[in-house]
Amino acid sequence: MSQLQNDALVIAGKSYNSRLLVGTGKYKDLEETGRAIEASGAEIVTVAVRRTNIGQNPGEPNLLEVVSPDKYTILPNTAGCYTADDAVRTCRLARELLDGHNLVKLEVLGDQKTLYPNMVETIKATETLVKDGFDVMVYCNDDPIVAKQLEEMGCVAVMPLGSLIGSGLGILNPHNIRIIMESANVPILVDAGVGTASDAAIAMEMGCEGVLMNTAIAAAGDPILMASAMKKAIESGREAFLAGRMPRKKYASASSPMEGTIV
Amino acid sequence: MQIQLNGEAHCLQDGAHISDLIEQLGFTGKRIAVELNMEIIPRSEHPSTTLNDGDQVEVVHAIGGG
Repeated sequence: MSQLQNDALVIAGKSYNSRLLVGTGKYKDLEETGRAIEASGAEIVTVAVRRTNIGQNPGEPNLLEVVSPDKYTILPNTAGCYTADDAVRTCRLARELLDGHNLVKLEVLGDQKTLYPNMVETIKATETLVKDGFDVMVYCNDDPIVAKQLEEMGCVAVMPLGSLIGSGLGILNPHNIRIIMESANVPILVDAGVGTASDAAIAMEMGCEGVLMNTAIAAAGDPILMASAMKKAIESGREAFLAGRMPRKKYASASSPMEGTIV
Repeated sequence: MQIQLNGEAHCLQDGAHISDLIEQLGFTGKRIAVELNMEIIPRSEHPSTTLNDGDQVEVVHAIGGG
């Protein structure tokens, strides 16, 4: 266990004990949101930025009253943005909303059906945001070349998709994620696509620095229980990665000694 | 005067400041961010920033998202 005590996830110079990052969308209500996040053990929590007439009834508590910036690192996203300009504008509003907090999750989407990232616009936005002093955690496709470019442009974390946002299909191209990790000098986190605990464990066993998820928890039959399952999956996957798995073999290798058998 | 607030027409008394609008909306002391004609207006400048007829104002907050 001594190895794990110093096993912090470091993003933009800040250390985190939890490698599970969670979203706050799609929950039944704010109470369930708060309880699920608590159960997940996450320290970094994503939020969306929207006009005040959207998603709030007057008098209803604000999300940031339930998910307090004093307790969690709030990671505002640019979900819903389809151009670099809109994403940059959203990040600047988020920075004002969070009193100068610079950490953002950049996602610039390509179309509504796939929510696949538009990497041309993502790169344009990255350029502006990095210049403007933002710490950019970037949602991207699982292209190793693009991932490297985003790192070189100054992103503090690169977050390739496991599969489409909200699809729950798991990590469809682990080979690419491995190639991305091989040469990375910033944390690589799987963002999107996780469906259940084993998907999260697989990402961590591969050596990902963390996993960001929302729907897998929020759309589970019991979100609070799934949040707890995800916490354990992330931890066990990380421990398995650090422990180093046994080599795969083609044939059996007996666990019990052959000597002294009674036959 | 009439401004565009979050994409919709909104009436406001002449000479109102951003802080007056925030108060009218019941958001005083709430975590919001304001953009006036595509420029962010820091919270500290809300009381001193006057709104004009036809201004485009966006008031945003954080909601659930992934």
